[in-house]
Amino acid sequence: MTNALRSVAKTAAAASVIALTAGTGAAMAQDSLTLGLQLEPPHMDPTSAAAGAIDQVVYANVFEGLTRFGPDGSVNPSLARSWDISEDGLTYTFHLVEGAKFHDGTDFEATDVVFSLDRARAEDSVNAQKSLFAGIESVEALDPATVQVTLSAPDGMFLFKMAWGDAVMVAPESIETITTNPVGTGAFTFGNWVQGDSITLQKNPDYWGEPAMLDSATFKFISDPTAAFAAMMAGDVDVFVAFPAPENLPQFDADPRYNVLIGNTEGETIVAMNNARPPFDNKLVREAVAHAINRQDIIDGAMFGYGTPIGTFFAPHNPDYVDLTEMSAYDPEAAKALLEEAGVELPLSVKMTLPPTSYARRGGEIVAAQLREVGIVAQIENVEWAQWLENTFRNAHDYDLTIISHTEPMDIASLADPDYYTGYDNPAFREVIDQIAVESDPEVRSDLLGQAQTMLAEDYVAGFLFELPLHTVAKTGVEGLWINMPTQATDLTGVYWDN
Amino acid sequence: MLRFTLTRLLSLCLSLAVASVVIFAAIEVLPGDPASIMLGVNAQPDTLAALRAELGLDQPMAARYLDWIGGLLRGDFGISYTYRTPVVEMIGDRLAVSLPLALFSLALTIVIAFPVGIWAAARRGSVADVAIMGLTQLGVAIPNFWFAMLMVLVFAINLQWFSAGGFAGWDAGLFPALKSLTLPAIALALPQASILARVMRSALLDTLSEDFIRTARAKGLSRREALWRHALRNALIPVLTIIGMQFSFLLAGGIIIENVFYLPGLGRLIFQAISARDLIVVESVVMLLVFAVIVVNFLVELAYAAVDPRLRAR
Repeated sequence: MTNALRSVAKTAAAASVIALTAGTGAAMAQDSLTLGLQLEPPHMDPTSAAAGAIDQVVYANVFEGLTRFGPDGSVNPSLARSWDISEDGLTYTFHLVEGAKFHDGTDFEATDVVFSLDRARAEDSVNAQKSLFAGIESVEALDPATVQVTLSAPDGMFLFKMAWGDAVMVAPESIETITTNPVGTGAFTFGNWVQGDSITLQKNPDYWGEPAMLDSATFKFISDPTAAFAAMMAGDVDVFVAFPAPENLPQFDADPRYNVLIGNTEGETIVAMNNARPPFDNKLVREAVAHAINRQDIIDGAMFGYGTPIGTFFAPHNPDYVDLTEMSAYDPEAAKALLEEAGVELPLSVKMTLPPTSYARRGGEIVAAQLREVGIVAQIENVEWAQWLENTFRNAHDYDLTIISHTEPMDIASLADPDYYTGYDNPAFREVIDQIAVESDPEVRSDLLGQAQTMLAEDYVAGFLFELPLHTVAKTGVEGLWINMPTQATDLTGVYWDN
Repeated sequence: MLRFTLTRLLSLCLSLAVASVVIFAAIEVLPGDPASIMLGVNAQPDTLAALRAELGLDQPMAARYLDWIGGLLRGDFGISYTYRTPVVEMIGDRLAVSLPLALFSLALTIVIAFPVGIWAAARRGSVADVAIMGLTQLGVAIPNFWFAMLMVLVFAINLQWFSAGGFAGWDAGLFPALKSLTLPAIALALPQASILARVMRSALLDTLSEDFIRTARAKGLSRREALWRHALRNALIPVLTIIGMQFSFLLAGGIIIENVFYLPGLGRLIFQAISARDLIVVESVVMLLVFAVIVVNFLVELAYAAVDPRLRAR
């Protein structure tokens, strides 16, 4: 529509438009922000569900832990301003910040830490990451501002574990209603939830630390990619985190009204192979698959060109990452030779189970086509998320190939479990992982992590594809957003409008 | 009339009882464990067991059915697995969007279809009639989600008269709330109005060729007078049937339009609940929709009797 025509139409309808917009609160003041998210949290308790959508709203904004993740994935002080670690690495003494209050006005004290940690590790706990707390022997309040945590074995990752959204501090006074009215210590208080539509957070005027720069923030839940695009273009939302329509990103990029932020998540996206049963119990067959896959084609075809290639099960932005992509470089001739060496009968027929995410469905088609080139016929089976969890991931591990992104930070250790769905069983790998768990010297750790990554690449445990990218589209002028997503979070404490 | 009403009521109750068994059975056999979806990939077996016990999922199926149906009869729809809030409150919240949306689009449907259908019937075979029939054919053929996206492009992105979606909430006032339902209601109403206009036209034409119309004309009424006084009322039966079906469809079938406009309605609630295996929500909402459809059909049948006294005697 031409501008002239548009303005005529506008004038013609001016009266009604003025009437229509009157009630909706005209031009938004520049101290509030509307964010679009694809998934709505089921409830507001980050300590009793795995739903990343919960942390996406409340982490760092409403709830805080003893430590917290920074935008680069580093572990920083939060409600614990400092800590001492005993010589043997078993006792952590946390010194809590002063003057911190929960949003209901009660003080944040050492007893709240004891309550939160004991609740998470209790017998009947429904914490989705209960293993984070498994190493805790006891939690004691020494005085209102000091907590002592004793571990059963030294744990180099303990402070990292305490930064997770599942380890945030909650209060006994408000725990009963946490699912609908979360009461934390953060820079934002929970405002209003219109279920199915939006959640509003308000600035916490009594925050103990650096106060938030926004007065309020509204998360709107828009699951449909086309609707997300429309909402952004119509100006209904200011920021869309994890924008679901990557095909539209160039259009936003070219438009001076918008900024496109391209970052990384912690999501290692892999073609998982069932190491526990034929044909993928044979390393040669797995190696053949790894060489048959052309990562760049998949990134271009399924991800619109976004995504960093990976050669092992580790995030490429991590300082300890080792680039091993060459070991599984695209080489269909080598793949054919390996299949011959393995003595499998061609064409080799396997089943590829795909969960509903777009990277899996789109990527699966391409992987299947590439495998066909070397004589592996992958029958694609599309399943729902619930079915995937039940049949592929848990219980029977009834699959040959599947495509999935592992989004937990530092999840390399999960592959050490032979009962994990990958079915990878290597005692040497387990031993390295066990050493990493108790090692706190950064240099030794880094070396061990390198060894572990190399083992996975040498054993061709899976087809390693790419690190899942994070696209955020924001209106020009919104500053302070996280570019990467080291944990599921939309940290708004440093976000502001600059214009 | 009383007997007519009573037999209809009895069949209504029977339908509901059968529907409840079918719904429960169909949803319980879905693969996928609600607890394991809620707790995700890192959950430990003891945590899963604790959650299953908390949700009552460790009970046998028959016990859970009786529990559910007993609750429904008392007006207690249970607690949602994922949202941990009473299902009845969730349904109430969503109905506050879906019901007005369905009524709004039904009103638009009727306001468009009646005049158009009557007009076309009165001018049978004229250019206007052919043009209207062509347009309604197009209206039936256009997928409503595509039409919805087109409207978003024009009215939300280019002209910026409307939001691209979302619901302002009734707290914001009547006008903003209705405004946010306008585009979705038009998108829903367009195909329904096209269908209804065609039904209206053909029902009228059928009636106009009946003997009593000829008698009326013979008595000296003009074609137009005969249409308004005698034909219209008699043509209403098929039209009412379609309106009843359309209302049920609009209430339950708005799911795609609710997704396009990200409206927090019942359709989207079912969609979310199914993928999260929030079985109790799915069962209760589907049951409620079945109830609504059956009640609407019941009302339509009563309306037949009001329109056509001959039916009361049966």
